[in-house]
Parts: sequence; structure tokens; C-alpha cells
Amino acid sequence: MIKSMYSKGSLVAKTGNEIMAEALRQIEPDVVAAYPITPATEIVQIFSQFVADGVVKSEYVAVESEHSAMSATIAASAAGARAATSTSSQGLCLMWEMLYIASGLRLPIVMAEVNRAISAPININADHSDTMGARDTGWIQIYSEDSQEAYDNMIQATKIAEKAKLPTLVAMDGFITSHCMEVVEAYSDTDVKAFVGEYKPERYLLDVKNPYTLGSIDLQDYYFEHRYQLAQAMRDAKSIILDVAEEFKRTFWREYGFYEKYMLDDAEVAIVVIGSTAGNVKVVVKELREKGVKAGLLKIRVYRPFPKEQIAKDLAHVKAVAVIDRSDSCSGAFPPLYCDVVTSLYSAGILNPKILSYIYGIGGREFCGEQIIKVYETLGKVAFGLEKPSGEVEYINVRIK
Amino acid sequence: MKKEESKKLTVAELPVGGVVEAGTAVNFHTGSWRSRRPVWSKDKCISCLVCWVSCPDGSIRLVPDEKRINIVDGIDYDHCKGCGICEKECPTAIGAITMEEEKK
Repeated sequence: MIKSMYSKGSLVAKTGNEIMAEALRQIEPDVVAAYPITPATEIVQIFSQFVADGVVKSEYVAVESEHSAMSATIAASAAGARAATSTSSQGLCLMWEMLYIASGLRLPIVMAEVNRAISAPININADHSDTMGARDTGWIQIYSEDSQEAYDNMIQATKIAEKAKLPTLVAMDGFITSHCMEVVEAYSDTDVKAFVGEYKPERYLLDVKNPYTLGSIDLQDYYFEHRYQLAQAMRDAKSIILDVAEEFKRTFWREYGFYEKYMLDDAEVAIVVIGSTAGNVKVVVKELREKGVKAGLLKIRVYRPFPKEQIAKDLAHVKAVAVIDRSDSCSGAFPPLYCDVVTSLYSAGILNPKILSYIYGIGGREFCGEQIIKVYETLGKVAFGLEKPSGEVEYINVRIK
Repeated sequence: MKKEESKKLTVAELPVGGVVEAGTAVNFHTGSWRSRRPVWSKDKCISCLVCWVSCPDGSIRLVPDEKRINIVDGIDYDHCKGCGICEKECPTAIGAITMEEEKK
């Protein structure tokens, strides 16, 4: 059940798509440019109805592809507008080269992204292949466990993006979160608008009295410095994300950090996960705790920038950790989240935890209680020396033979 | 550009997002790329400004005459790349611009 100390909210039954559109309505960007059909979910379709009904003053640009959606969003942002878009799966892939341009030009665009699998074969169910592919594009990535988090993250993302001067995407799991109806606490329009505030860019192209060039050629003598600025901005964004979370907590009484620790502080075995699956894992952790097993969970919220120091500190005491990825990098080695967690611990000099790699839920494949318990069982054996880690990535619930 | 090499900006000094101050193209002398040069005849020119409209590099120089109307005043050889569009566009009957080989 939803609990809150915020007094001006209302409990509403909405799908993830609906509440994301609601967040966009309250944020009321100056421009929303999108291609609102599959693979995208209903988010912008619902938002475009708000525009048609005159509920928002936003300029809605219906474009002919996601490449154009991102291009138009970039142009609007460069011109000085608060700009947003939304997509999924193949749509994010089609935005590819423009994603780098948005971050390279340091434009605070906000995107609602619904995590869906990538073709081929064709599949639009939940997995993280789309955004994991975009993990090095210089976009801040914030993931949500449920609709409430998606809504809260979207409101915070607007502020984070504008403070960090970095494009920011807020992700939620396809169908599981996006199409599932849940009770969400919606905040008052006045409070959301006051929280995100008015967007005042320092420089913008429509400021004709202060002209400048944007997107010029930048060769050996300056490109490296600009890319360093981008990488540093991502590192600096960490404190901005925490500041915005703190402000959010003061306004709306909900607490957010880089990740959520669930019974982790004294855990001997733990799972690291992103997105809606955290909910299933929490149920299992609770059951195991009742049986006396010291199980825990670390749910990643902010994946880019990756909070490496904090994660290394919070996992240092755990005997065995399973990092479960909902995407496969096809790298011949290990999937993305596993690599980030392991390098974070290794670079901090923490070598004690045994870390196992799993891939689950590709293309919406079920990952339920029994399978989660099995992962904890393996972790238990590894933690107490009864079993050796395979040293390979293990696939859950796939028919190999 | 070589003379600026000693005072290149650092990460801390550079404007973010690859922002470049306006009008820096003036400092970049693309005229050195030219293999053929337009030669303008003041006597033949009627200042119809077709060359000025057509020049992709804004290299046709204008000055106001005594009635404060802009008339052609020659070619900006610092920035003219020698594409020859001005020669092509100059009305045939006038022929005020001719392309010549660039001398070393």
C-alpha cells in the first residue's frame, strides 16, 4: 500500500504509461517531439491528447521517425526550450547517433524510456537491451521499479538534467510497469511545477543578441577536452542527483538515492538487480529472512553515472553476490551490470565477495519466485565454500539442451 | 591558426557543449585554399548584387555610395575559395568577373 506524508496528493489507479504522461503534463515542457507508435508505448500518444485538448501549452511535434524525434528535441533544446521525448526498443536504436549529439552539445533533454527487447526476432516485451546499448552515450540513466518510481524519477530527471546540463532518460520495464495498472500517488500540479521550476538556459540559440556557434567542427586540438568535459559532467552529476533527491524528499516525502538497499546491511548473500524484478526479489528476501537466511538486495536506480564508490562500500561485507542482468552484451565475456559491479569492487581493492553473473528475463521471459530462490541457494553454497563459482555467465530459464 | 597554439584553452576554460563564440570564421583564412581567383572589373560592374547574393562565403565586399546604397567594392581574398560561382552568375552582357589562375 502506498504510504506518504505528503498531504496534497491523490491516489490514482494508472498504468505506467499514463502516470508518465501525467508527469509530462505537470512538467509541461515547451516542446515534445515524438514518433508515437510501436515500438514506443502510449506515453506520447496520451500526451498528444493533452495537447489536442488544450490541457498543456506544450508544442507537440509529430515527426516521421525516432531519428527525427531526437533531432527535433535537440533543436528545440538548443533553441532554448525545455524539451522532452519518449521511446522504446528499436525507437531508441534509431535515435542512436542523435543521442550522442544531445549529450555532446550538453542539452538537458528528458526522455521517458520503456525498456523493451530489440529485434531480431521481433519482440516488444521487457528487457534492458535497448537502454544498456545506450549506456555509454553520455545520458544519465535512471531506472524505476514501479509506476510510482517512474513518476517520481521523471519529475526529478527534469531538474537533474538542467542542473547537470546532461540529457537524462527515465526507464521503466515494458508491460510489467508500463501497461500494468497500479495505485500511484500523484502530486498537485502546483507542487510539481514549483519543484521543476522555470527553465532558464544560460545560453540559447534564439537569444539573437548573444549569438554563438553550436555544433562546429572540433579536431585534434579541442575535441578531447570537450569529451573530457562530458565525462567529468557525468561524474559531477552524482552530487546533483543526490541534491535533487534530497529536495524531492523535502517536498514530496519520498526518499531516493543511487540505489535501494533492501536488508543489505547485514546480508551474507545478495542479488544486484535493475527494474521491476526488484519487487519479486524483495518478496523472496523477506521469506528467506523469516527462515533465518541473511539474504539482501541492492536495486540500482541510477545506472549512469554509476555510483562505483558507494556500491563497493555497500557490497564489501557480502560473502556472495549475484548480479542479474536483463540484457546480454554478446561480448563473449559478461553482461553490462555485472561488469560495472565487478570493476567497482576490484578498483576499490575489495576482492572478498564472490560475484556470480546471471542473465534472466530476455524478451519478457518469466523470472519468478522459485528461480530467485535457486539463485540464493547457489549463493549460499558459494558463500560457505560448498560450491565453486562457475566463472561463466549463467542463463536462467532458457532451454539450452 | 598556428600563432594561437601557445594559449590553447583548458577543460576548465572552455565553454561546455562545444559552444564557439560567433564570428570566428572571420579569423580562418580560407582564401589559401583557392586555385583560381575571381578578378572584378570596377568599370564593367553595374552593382546588380547577383554575385553578392550567390557567393556561398560572403566574399563579395560591399560599400555604401553617396546615396547610401550598397555597391560592389571588390572581392575579399582572405575568404574567397575561388569556386567561380560569381563569374558564372554575373550577367553575360556585363561580364564584370573573370576567373584567372591563382599566381604563386
